[in-house]
Amino acid sequence: MNLNRRFLEQVKLVWPKLGLAILAGFLAGLATIWQASRISRVVTGAFLEGADLSASLPALWALLAAIGLRAGLVFASEWAASAAAIRVKQEVRETILRRLVALGPAYVEGERSGDVTNTLTQGIEALDAYFSQYLPQLALAGLLPLAYLVVIFPRDPLSGAVLLLTGPLIPLFMFLIGNMAQALTRTQWAVLGKMSAYFLDTLQGLTTLKTLGRSQEQGARIARVSERYRQTTMAVLRVTFLSALVLELLSTIGTAIVAVEIGLRLLYGHMDFEIAFFLLLLAPEFYFPLRALGLRFHASMAGVAAARSLMALLDEPAQLAAEGAPSIPKPASAGSKGTLERLPRRGFSRPGDLDGQSLRAPFRIAFDQVSYTYPGRVQPAVEDISLEIAAGQQVAVVGPSGAGKSTLARLLLRFADPQAGEITLNGQPIATLPLAEWRAQIGWVPQRPTLFLDTLAANLRLARPDAALADLHRAARAAYLDDWIDSLPQGFETLIGEGGARLSGGQAQRLALARAFLRDAPLLILDEPTAHLDIEQEDRLQAALARLCQARTVLVIAHRLSTAARADRVLVMEAGRLVQAGAHSDLLRQAGVYARLLSADRGGEA
Amino acid sequence: MSSLLRLLRFLQPFAGWVALSVLVGTAAVAASIGLLGTSAYLIARAALHPSVAALQVAIVGVRFFGLSRAGMRYLERLITHSVNFRLLARLRTWFYQALEPLAPARLLDFRSGDLLSRAMNDIDTLENFYVRAVAPPMIALVVTVGVSSFVGRYHPALAGLLLAALILAGVGLPLLAHLLSRAAGQAAVTRRAQLSAGLVELIQGASDLAAYGQSESYLQRVLAAGSSLSAAQAAIGRVGALVNGLSLLISGLAVWAVLVVGLPLVGARFDGVSLAVLVLVVMASFEAVNPLAPAAQHMQSSLAAARRLFELVDAPPAVSPPREAIAPPWCGDVRIRGLSFCYAPGDPPALDDFSLDLPPGRQVALVGPSGAGKSTLFHLLLRFWEFSQGEIWLDGHDIRRYAPDDVRQLLVVISQQTYLFAGSLRQNLLLACPQAAPAALEAAIQGAQLADVVARLPHGLDTWVGERGAHLSGGERQRVALGRALLRLNNQPAGILLLDEPTANLDVENERRFWAALRVAAAGRSLVLITHRLAGLEDMDEVIVLRAGRVVERGRQADLVQAGGDFARLWEIHRQSLPE
Repeated sequence: MNLNRRFLEQVKLVWPKLGLAILAGFLAGLATIWQASRISRVVTGAFLEGADLSASLPALWALLAAIGLRAGLVFASEWAASAAAIRVKQEVRETILRRLVALGPAYVEGERSGDVTNTLTQGIEALDAYFSQYLPQLALAGLLPLAYLVVIFPRDPLSGAVLLLTGPLIPLFMFLIGNMAQALTRTQWAVLGKMSAYFLDTLQGLTTLKTLGRSQEQGARIARVSERYRQTTMAVLRVTFLSALVLELLSTIGTAIVAVEIGLRLLYGHMDFEIAFFLLLLAPEFYFPLRALGLRFHASMAGVAAARSLMALLDEPAQLAAEGAPSIPKPASAGSKGTLERLPRRGFSRPGDLDGQSLRAPFRIAFDQVSYTYPGRVQPAVEDISLEIAAGQQVAVVGPSGAGKSTLARLLLRFADPQAGEITLNGQPIATLPLAEWRAQIGWVPQRPTLFLDTLAANLRLARPDAALADLHRAARAAYLDDWIDSLPQGFETLIGEGGARLSGGQAQRLALARAFLRDAPLLILDEPTAHLDIEQEDRLQAALARLCQARTVLVIAHRLSTAARADRVLVMEAGRLVQAGAHSDLLRQAGVYARLLSADRGGEA
Repeated sequence: MSSLLRLLRFLQPFAGWVALSVLVGTAAVAASIGLLGTSAYLIARAALHPSVAALQVAIVGVRFFGLSRAGMRYLERLITHSVNFRLLARLRTWFYQALEPLAPARLLDFRSGDLLSRAMNDIDTLENFYVRAVAPPMIALVVTVGVSSFVGRYHPALAGLLLAALILAGVGLPLLAHLLSRAAGQAAVTRRAQLSAGLVELIQGASDLAAYGQSESYLQRVLAAGSSLSAAQAAIGRVGALVNGLSLLISGLAVWAVLVVGLPLVGARFDGVSLAVLVLVVMASFEAVNPLAPAAQHMQSSLAAARRLFELVDAPPAVSPPREAIAPPWCGDVRIRGLSFCYAPGDPPALDDFSLDLPPGRQVALVGPSGAGKSTLFHLLLRFWEFSQGEIWLDGHDIRRYAPDDVRQLLVVISQQTYLFAGSLRQNLLLACPQAAPAALEAAIQGAQLADVVARLPHGLDTWVGERGAHLSGGERQRVALGRALLRLNNQPAGILLLDEPTANLDVENERRFWAALRVAAAGRSLVLITHRLAGLEDMDEVIVLRAGRVVERGRQADLVQAGGDFARLWEIHRQSLPE
């Protein structure tokens, strides 16, 4: 029901266009009545009254006008409906994207990203049928048959009664059988969806199948599985299509009953031919909006399902404490437009814009009894973490995968706020700092940086939009990316991503490092900066890293213990908890997780 | 044109069903024309007050058509859906079989472009090719011919009028729609692609954008792409509305013209009853041509989808099997002499004059910086790519004389990333060796240190591992790969292990477990290890240092360290990087 409320909000937004679609559709129905009455007049004149062409001319001209009017109104109605749907899609897209940006990376990252992308691309398009077809048709299916009955009843109550009794059976059956058939159909489509997923899975794993020597037999298997699905699906469809059969029968039999009933009365002279012919022309038109509703109901079902998952995104609770800290007044203004939630537009603030006394380098960071559990999980990702990073200090976090190392970085970046505890900067909780300005103080080097479909220069400028070309050169040189960039014919203007240059893992990581150089921020967060590099590249990069880390406060997530060994202090995590902390040389001497990890690293390969 | 013919050929095996569905579809349209025609006849005759008996036939006709229309539509739906599913099965099987010989060499360029999901969408489009693009014109053609000849019996001019109107509505309108919306349609396709690429980046790059404070400006870019898509869709919507308005106009004008032309003929060529029948028959006949505008659209998108698929599968395979394969190799004695290979003409060689002896039981490591050509050797051994310079001998015969699948039976690969299929853990393991006995499976699980994983999973071996094995961690996935390898080695005494940095993505703890398990499994086996890390190479029979495709040094690890060359330099860096 929640869903309908959300939908109604969208309807309000496009009400004038939808209203126009319904009004024009209704008027087109009236034109249809007029058209039927004029056809009936002309035929009656020629058939029973011996009227020639000139005597029928007035009715023929009126018929022409009715035909033109009806065509024009149908055009207007469909145009308005499609415009309304397009507007709704755009509004929904904007609302949801703003919401997603507000929810932050903690929500969209990881396993959900595929789902969310699908919902946004295909789900929003699926709303089209609901707004451009189903909604206007719903109104017309209510209005038009009534209008026809108002015209028919005074002329012939008996035919009116036949239509009145058979007409409502269509929506009734639609919902009775429809719901049952719908459930069957839905499970069947789910089965077909699984079949598609199986096929895609087989294609994606083709190389694996080939190395395992299993690829050739799969073709026959696909054929076999498909055929089995076809048989079970057809067995279900044989039943579900019965609902369409019933609806079709109701309208054709209704027309047939009217035809026979007026025919017999004509036979005995109880009826006027002109009215009878008029009724015959109108009977199929009476059922048409009701049948169309049934058809469009099916078409709109995808939209309703899509809307449900879209609305689920809107209802998701925010991961961040409300912005707008009590201590610092927020520069951006929050506004609202219509029924949509708007977020304050944040201007990009350049690094170095220090505002508020705590945002002054050097930075001292402290975690105080911080715990965080990802939404939908039971096990906390980090639990009761207390630590301090002194200004200008380099701290490495080590531990097996899943220990919560990356979560620490995310909390520090404020992709999410801890459920318990506090993170402070020079004594002030970071949750009270303006988000954009806090993040402007951080240089971040993730393990797999996102490369955007754009030029190399634009990809670097992500870290500093107003950087001059000379700055880009400097940053690239510092990250050992300059040789490669110089070898490209278009240099910094080379497009990367699909259709452009492809970056190796090592190159992508050095690009992230170049971003951090460009950012020149007082706080650095590094996620194993040398993970994808071979031994020589790693060696070269260490020098660059050492320079980057100078005079900055650094948190580095280390997968290799060689990285940890260079840090001032090492924090060892296991299962979300901090289990050891101290200098590398001290930790070595203690028997514990660190010593165990170290022996594993040295144990080496085969 | 040739794409269309090739597409139609897919329908050949069920041509009978196709013909039947056209027949039934035609009957359904004919029934609605018949219902209105006989109804008109019934009441027009009745108005002349004949005897009831004179109306009996008409009454039966009205009943018959009223019932049969719904029945025919039901049958049509069933038959067309059945044809659809058969077509889909055929398309998928065909696509898979056509793609299989191309993997992975010919598909590598496409991987980033999400080739497969695009191909899936194209196949889904083609699934409806018959119902939406082929059947409607066939039905329209039969109905047009039938109804025109029926009307022609009254007067040829009326038949000519109707024919002209049906052609205008059935051919002219789709053409008009195509011309008017072509530009917007193309714009919509590219803008939709831009929008979804932007969406993917906005979501997958959420962390980078947020960390660098660029979420808002990027959001504006994506929204702008959305607005321009909306503009194109609005243009398409307008054309759609116009076409529907015009189709009503044409059918209305046809009725009007029949009245104007037919009126003076009443009494001369036919009676008034016929005029009433003609009006309703003409009106009803447009039901056959209305689906043609969407059919034309669907035909276009089907042809575009078909062209993309054909282009993909028409690529020649990188490796063609020998015409007459010799008996499968069984001993696994590999000798490589002077092997050189380039991925594309003009590229620098990925392997340059490479030689290697790998008699059964010998263990060799290939080290060198990324891009030195280490993986290329595996690609050539696995017969994924064809080589032209140099020789690979397997059990004394040229490797090209074996069936590629027979060669692969001998090679047991573990790579950096292991693909797991959406299925149970058991299925994923048994894929390596479906006929493995339960004891062999148990041994493989123990050997790969998977026992604690199996114990942890809610349904043990039968637990669903998620799409692409998403429910398992990186370390667990590599141990599944090891489990697969053990199953194959169990069955293949001469199996040669090919390891391509199997622990590159693992943390130290998982890395240690993997090597501990592998060390046991690999004892006494032929093995080639690709690595760029230098730890643990002491036991290798030979270490080969590759640089830009060329062997720069080879020998036992201890000797190389002594030799003071390239390896010794790398070794020094490695030693210094080790924490004290």
